[in-house]
Amino acid sequence: MVLVETRALVKRFGAFTAVDGISFKVERGEVVGFLGPNGAGKSTAMRVIAGFLEPTEGSAYVAGHDSQLDPVGARQSLGYLPEGAPAYPDMTVGAFLEFVAAMRGLSKPTTRERLGELIERIDLAEVWGRRIEALSKGYKRRVGIAQALVHDPDVLILDEPTDGLDPNQKHEMRELIRTLAPNKAIVVSTHILEEVEAICTRAIIIARGKLMADATPAEILARAPPRDPAIQQLVRTTPLEDAFRHITLESAGS
Amino acid sequence: MSKTLLIFRREFAGYFATPLATVFLVVFLAISAGMTFFVANFFDRGQADMNAFFLWHPWLYLVLMPAIGMRLWAEERRSGTIELLMTLPVRPWQLVVGKWLAAWAFAGLALALSAPLWITVNYLGSPDNGVILACYIGSWLMAGSFLAISACVSALTKNQVLAFIGAVVAGFVFVMAGFDLVLAAVRPWAPDIVVQAIASMSFIGHFQRITDGVLEVPALVFFISLIVFALWLNVQALDARKAA
Ligand SMILES: Nc1ncnc2c1ncn2[C@@H]1O[C@H](COP(=O)(O)OP(=O)(O)O)[C@@H](O)[C@H]1O
Ligand SMILES: [Mg+2]
Repeated sequence: MVLVETRALVKRFGAFTAVDGISFKVERGEVVGFLGPNGAGKSTAMRVIAGFLEPTEGSAYVAGHDSQLDPVGARQSLGYLPEGAPAYPDMTVGAFLEFVAAMRGLSKPTTRERLGELIERIDLAEVWGRRIEALSKGYKRRVGIAQALVHDPDVLILDEPTDGLDPNQKHEMRELIRTLAPNKAIVVSTHILEEVEAICTRAIIIARGKLMADATPAEILARAPPRDPAIQQLVRTTPLEDAFRHITLESAGS
Repeated sequence: MSKTLLIFRREFAGYFATPLATVFLVVFLAISAGMTFFVANFFDRGQADMNAFFLWHPWLYLVLMPAIGMRLWAEERRSGTIELLMTLPVRPWQLVVGKWLAAWAFAGLALALSAPLWITVNYLGSPDNGVILACYIGSWLMAGSFLAISACVSALTKNQVLAFIGAVVAGFVFVMAGFDLVLAAVRPWAPDIVVQAIASMSFIGHFQRITDGVLEVPALVFFISLIVFALWLNVQALDARKAA
């Protein structure tokens, strides 16, 4: 079942084209890595899918609802972690998550049950009564994930969920995403390549707003240019990095 | 619970999350008391009414209401929480109304804290309490109008200082609209109907009609319509930013 779809999505800011005709589909059970250099248009595309921005052309669908024409329908099935995991600094973790649950129309008993589960799963018990402004980056990001999971949505759009986390926290976040994967359609943006190999069933590479590749990590690896054994590498790169550089620099015409 | 009410609660509590709320309430009371007693000579007037208190409200609100309203949207945009808010399954108008209501309730609280003055006036003489109540209602509605304008301006920027300045300038236009100085500048070149239209937008004119005595229905209708219109504009401003 296709849960996320974009059709020829275009987003311009004035004369600048941030997203340039991107089409893809994500089915239940897939974890799609949204990959690209900084400024490629990942966040912009995600904002359009989430319905925060209007597309200039084309359309985006979440669980079959057009995120522009039926925003409330689309958002009911969507959990969205915006870039930087924003949250109200003056609220406690508990109050914030209860607020989001109530705004999503969850009843008191359902909220209690869901939050109880999330406290365990995301390990929030320790900071439950603490103000969000006093949290470490790792906890803040976890609160952002919890906020996106409160209503157990079919679709998750996560903009750089592991950004700023230490290696252990990154590992935990990836495990969490993997355990969520079988029942949901998940789109994760990142510019960390190991992440794609670790959690993604598919990778979409965008550069300068254009979709450059849409394939499994293995297929993308196969696009790595052959190494010239004669050239000594000053900085060791992995084959995936080679493929990424090859694909994204291609678009820059160099 | 209704989504509007949830937003209201969060936003209202937000005012008290920092000492700013207390500072604001103290400043409001200090300035309004100062103007009442020293500038308007409350005691020398020898009259048992609160006109000296209400007289300055348009000017007081011109600065204080933008201070309450500037953060409403600008802060959400700066911190990025607007992305959360605008991707929840709610309609923008629910957010707009909830936020404005919170600011308005906060202004109402400030106004309510002036009750000791009302009691004092009753202690000193026998004022027309009906008129005073009408003045309170009129003043609160005028505060609501300033706040609706401030919220609307706040939706256009992520910079609170700009939101404040913009709201003061917009409010200033409405405060000045009724002054002869302004009307005299317009009269030579604009048709009469325009001059009258400008004069009829005057906050001070409408507010004075309320403070002068009876609860003037047209004046109340004016403030309420202005609030509704500004909140509608606020929704449009949010929509426009989505398409930007
Ligand atoms: N609101 C905006 N107004 C103008 N330009 C923007 C806006 N948002 C993003 N951009 C531009 O669009 C491009 C893509 O940005 P973004 O989607 O954040 O990239 P990524 O998430 O891939 O790093 C960048 O060049 C950025 O400067
Ligand atoms: Mg980004």
